Amino acid sequence: MAKVLVVTSGKGGVGKTTSTAALGAALAQTGQNVVVVDFDVGLRNLDLVMGAERRVVFDLINVIQGDAKLSQALIRDKRIETLSILPASQTRDKDALTAEGVARVMQELREKFDWVICDSPAGIERGAQLAMYHADHAIVVTNPEVSSVRDSDRIIGMLDSTTEKAKGGGKIEKHLLLTRYDPARAARGEMLRIEDVLEILSIPLLGIIPESEEVLRASNLGAPVTLSSPDSPPARAYAEAARRLEGEKLEITVPTERKGLLARLFKGKS
Amino acid sequence: MSLFGSLFGRGTKTSAPVARDRLQILLAHERTGEGNESDLLSKLQAEIIEVIKRHIPVEQEKVQVKLDRGNSVSMLEIDIEVPQIRTPGRR
Repeated sequence: MAKVLVVTSGKGGVGKTTSTAALGAALAQTGQNVVVVDFDVGLRNLDLVMGAERRVVFDLINVIQGDAKLSQALIRDKRIETLSILPASQTRDKDALTAEGVARVMQELREKFDWVICDSPAGIERGAQLAMYHADHAIVVTNPEVSSVRDSDRIIGMLDSTTEKAKGGGKIEKHLLLTRYDPARAARGEMLRIEDVLEILSIPLLGIIPESEEVLRASNLGAPVTLSSPDSPPARAYAEAARRLEGEKLEITVPTERKGLLARLFKGKS
Repeated sequence: MSLFGSLFGRGTKTSAPVARDRLQILLAHERTGEGNESDLLSKLQAEIIEVIKRHIPVEQEKVQVKLDRGNSVSMLEIDIEVPQIRTPGRR
């Protein structure tokens, strides 16, 4: 039974696309069939972050409008066989994304894949609503910063009211993914602490992704951070979050830089 | 932080607790006021001005409304510039 997951946030620039790519790759590495779907019509970027930008022929809107078959629009990842991407269109026509069309494509994706991960556009309008509409699970990506937390609160309200699950009397499973977290600044009282954000948003925590240079490096290279530097703190945090999505009970920690052999030999002497 | 500040404790207060408190107050209001229909304060404001208008001609731009939402108490301050009122019956 396929699971549909939406990665959403309300606010832009908090790490939805980065997280979609990293989690998609981590889940696919376990051998499951995963598709990542870019819902940001007009501003497609998931293809770029995944390094597939030069291989886009057809897109989500082409499939919705019947100009291409789903199998023609899906791009198979070159590194992981079980990972595919369905790119968004660059059209400026906002009405190209129809509710019926999205429902049809989502149904077809459910039949083909184990995980359908929808990368939502920022905002609370049509695109964001359609990205979350068919979801069973939602990942709310939040930065420890006031405007991001406020927008996440809005999005959580929408997840509980305007989705297919909610309208049918059910509940979407919501998960908080705290990104760009800096433990040192939080300890100094310069940044909202994990407990503060959890208390305010009160949804279960899926993982904490530490602020890291590796994330920009990964997008520069066009590779999910879980593939470009799998031992880096953000990659390990994403890999653990992916395992929690599959139901594993893992203690939540903030991964830190692993020390090299030399550093370990001279531990505490620096 | 200056040397003086670091010698004698924190020179400036940390900002994260301020962020947390501001968010808690804001979201408590935003969650109840979904869609703004149930926002008591804006209803009050509209009705108070309506009552006053029934008796005195009030120009819209002479009305100043200030709102301060607090944790336990909120303040609604309505300032209306009232034109000279002539006593009825005498012309």
